[in-house]
Amino acid sequence: MAEFINSRLISTLLGWFNVDALPADHWLGFVLAGLVHTVLVIHVVAVGALVFIWMERKVSGRIQDRLGPTRVGGKFGWLQTLADGLKLITKEDITPANADALLFKLAPYVSFAASFAGYLALPFSDGWVGHQVNCGIFFIIAIVGMEVFGVILAGYASGSKWSLFGGMREAAQVVSYEVPMGMCVLIPVVICGSMDLITIGQMQAGFFTNWILFHDPFAFVVFWVYFTCATASVNRAPFDLAEAESELVAGFHTEYSGLRWSFFFMAEYGSMFLVSGLAAILFFGGWNGPIPIFGPEILNLAYTDAEIAAGTFRLGGYIANLAGCVNFIGKAVTGVTVMMWIRWTLPRLRIDQVMTTCLKYCVPLGAVCFVGVVGWQWAQLWSPNDLHPQQARISVRERGLIDRPVRTEGMARRAEVVKKAAWAGSVPVQAGETR
Amino acid sequence: MATYTDDPRIVEFDVRTDEMLVNMGPQHPSTHGVLRLVLRTDGEIVSEVQCHLGYLHRCAEKIGENLTPRQWIPYTDRMDYLAAMNMNLGWSLAVEKLLKYELPPKAKHLRVIIAELGRIASHLVGMGAYGLDLGTFSPFLYAFREREKLLDLFEEVCGARLTYSYLTPGGATADLPQGWLQKVEAFLKQFEPVIAEYHALLTTNSIFIKRTCGIGVLPPEMAINYGCTGPMLRGSGIDHDLRRDGEARYTDMYDGYAFEVIAQKNGSYPRDHVYPAVPPEAVLGDCWHRFYVRMLEVVQAIDLVRQGMERYSTTPGDWGQPIKLSTKLPKGEAYLETECPRGQMGFYLVSDGSAIPWRVRARSSCFCNLSVASELCHGCLIADVPAIIGSVDIVMGEIDR
Repeated sequence: MAEFINSRLISTLLGWFNVDALPADHWLGFVLAGLVHTVLVIHVVAVGALVFIWMERKVSGRIQDRLGPTRVGGKFGWLQTLADGLKLITKEDITPANADALLFKLAPYVSFAASFAGYLALPFSDGWVGHQVNCGIFFIIAIVGMEVFGVILAGYASGSKWSLFGGMREAAQVVSYEVPMGMCVLIPVVICGSMDLITIGQMQAGFFTNWILFHDPFAFVVFWVYFTCATASVNRAPFDLAEAESELVAGFHTEYSGLRWSFFFMAEYGSMFLVSGLAAILFFGGWNGPIPIFGPEILNLAYTDAEIAAGTFRLGGYIANLAGCVNFIGKAVTGVTVMMWIRWTLPRLRIDQVMTTCLKYCVPLGAVCFVGVVGWQWAQLWSPNDLHPQQARISVRERGLIDRPVRTEGMARRAEVVKKAAWAGSVPVQAGETR
Repeated sequence: MATYTDDPRIVEFDVRTDEMLVNMGPQHPSTHGVLRLVLRTDGEIVSEVQCHLGYLHRCAEKIGENLTPRQWIPYTDRMDYLAAMNMNLGWSLAVEKLLKYELPPKAKHLRVIIAELGRIASHLVGMGAYGLDLGTFSPFLYAFREREKLLDLFEEVCGARLTYSYLTPGGATADLPQGWLQKVEAFLKQFEPVIAEYHALLTTNSIFIKRTCGIGVLPPEMAINYGCTGPMLRGSGIDHDLRRDGEARYTDMYDGYAFEVIAQKNGSYPRDHVYPAVPPEAVLGDCWHRFYVRMLEVVQAIDLVRQGMERYSTTPGDWGQPIKLSTKLPKGEAYLETECPRGQMGFYLVSDGSAIPWRVRARSSCFCNLSVASELCHGCLIADVPAIIGSVDIVMGEIDR
């Protein structure tokens, strides 16, 4: 992209004024390319929030025997959020007198930036990702964890006691829930042997039996633990203590109004989709549908590994990716909808009960499942993943089998691989390192 | 708590957290109107709660000293605006007591129907708002859905949906409209199965149980000492209901009606209907029991309405014409308490012989119920404060009058 901007766009532009063309790796191209990508991702988040807020209203309306919005934008009130957004933009921008003005203004952006930076590594389909990070999961978990800073800042800087309570609650809650959530996320990583979300997704291609959810009973249980922790870490009911409206007025965003407030809101919905999407990739096969219509089993349209490596374009592959994207979004939206359903059904937990849930149930359960999954993998017990081993690529199960003799052959082979890569110049390797 | 000292060497070892005074209300979503609570908190733990009242004071009693009893009826509506029918009834009975006015029997049955329907409407709000206090929004709307139907019925009777001014000294402003009883019956038939939904959403919900059981335990002795009445009192296991134990003029209305006072006796609630069992975590007198008593009273009120309708339609005679506006009140005084949804609501009036009372006074049930709140909130968490205040089920209009 940067090269394209430098060598084609800018240079053509400069050519009109008889100025020398820029080199292909000039910084200007990178800045512009970064801007383009950022704007794209922001739109994904903002439009996503737009849809989810509307959906939340509709879902809550239906749950509560109401219609929800019906007027704005013609049918179904689908433009309601936009109208609300316009209202929020036109509202007066208030900073309370005893607020720490700088931090108060900074907080929503910290929250929002953390939430939307997570999208950078979230693959929407096979290879459709902002940037393929080889430790994508790690990146997303770390970035989502940053969101809490915005909330704590808001709580501290608002100069309101209720906000302070909200901020402190959030700090205690989110930091605790990061632990079991990290454990749950480790399980697919252990099964797949990769932190790259694309690799994890690719390994679950084929029939739905190949999903990690069905790898073994422990993996099945751990999904529910993950979902609980994810709900808690994005502050959704029944864990929405930081903004408990019946106790803390509005918690950390009590003093916020207008656009700043809407940034918190967007961050919330952004991270809701993010953790649901993560659940879809880690446990539900990501962009792979339950039946591999585009896979080699049936239509054989999807890109092959060689094609991906070569970067060729083929319409069939593109359509398969598009369908995968729809699949992925569908799964993630289902997760978001379940979160909404929970929110409008259950009462809120108390702070001590939230901590109990985390420390007494989620952490031990996550740890037990982790040991269980590792044991299952090690003992090669029967797994539904064996039912329809995928044809095109190395499957979760095969990968597990290959990696099993960890102590001797596996280590040796990996050392081989690393050495080869080092020869090729991509991975610097030091003497004696086996990774 | 560490003591304060001037010695700087000691201060260094005096590690303690600061206490914080937090203002909860008068503009707070869960103080049910304009109650102001000052919480003294240490982190999340509340060590002291102080209630400040008076934000909704409207001089209702003073106004009553300048109006005839019938003219004051609308002001009683605006006291406990969620159970306006029951407030009308209390004042009417007090005035009738002073007048030594005998009601026709049909009027009594009409009043039972109306008062018990009012109780259902009030407890529905109490239940829904309690869910709101605990952070769940849907039960509130489910409760309002049914209450709307009740309000439609009331609207048909008197033309108003909130401040009815329907029951007046002498009976009621009008008879029940034609075909109204059938509509009530249809409503009850539709309403009865819905109660199971409320139980599923709240009463038996495990988070709800966690949030309410063992919270704000009000021992029976304390309930009596503080003058708590209504579901507050019965939630503590005291078998006291003015519909059975009250003054003859009031209990006359319920004469011959089959009903049991909803309170835990010998470890169990009267089981004349099917409702969920008491969870093992619940302690007698806690928030859960207060909520449960209200829910059971709704079921019982349905039963009473049915009995009242049967009697009303079979009793011949007049529905009770209201007294004339200019009716002279005999010299003397009268005080009468009735069992309102929130507790015992008493009305007192003194007359010097003119048509306008010389002194009017209302004894508020919520006021006494709320007085115990600071005792209940001692040492609880911040999240428990709305849970406890909500379980008292206050209406600030009645407290401040």
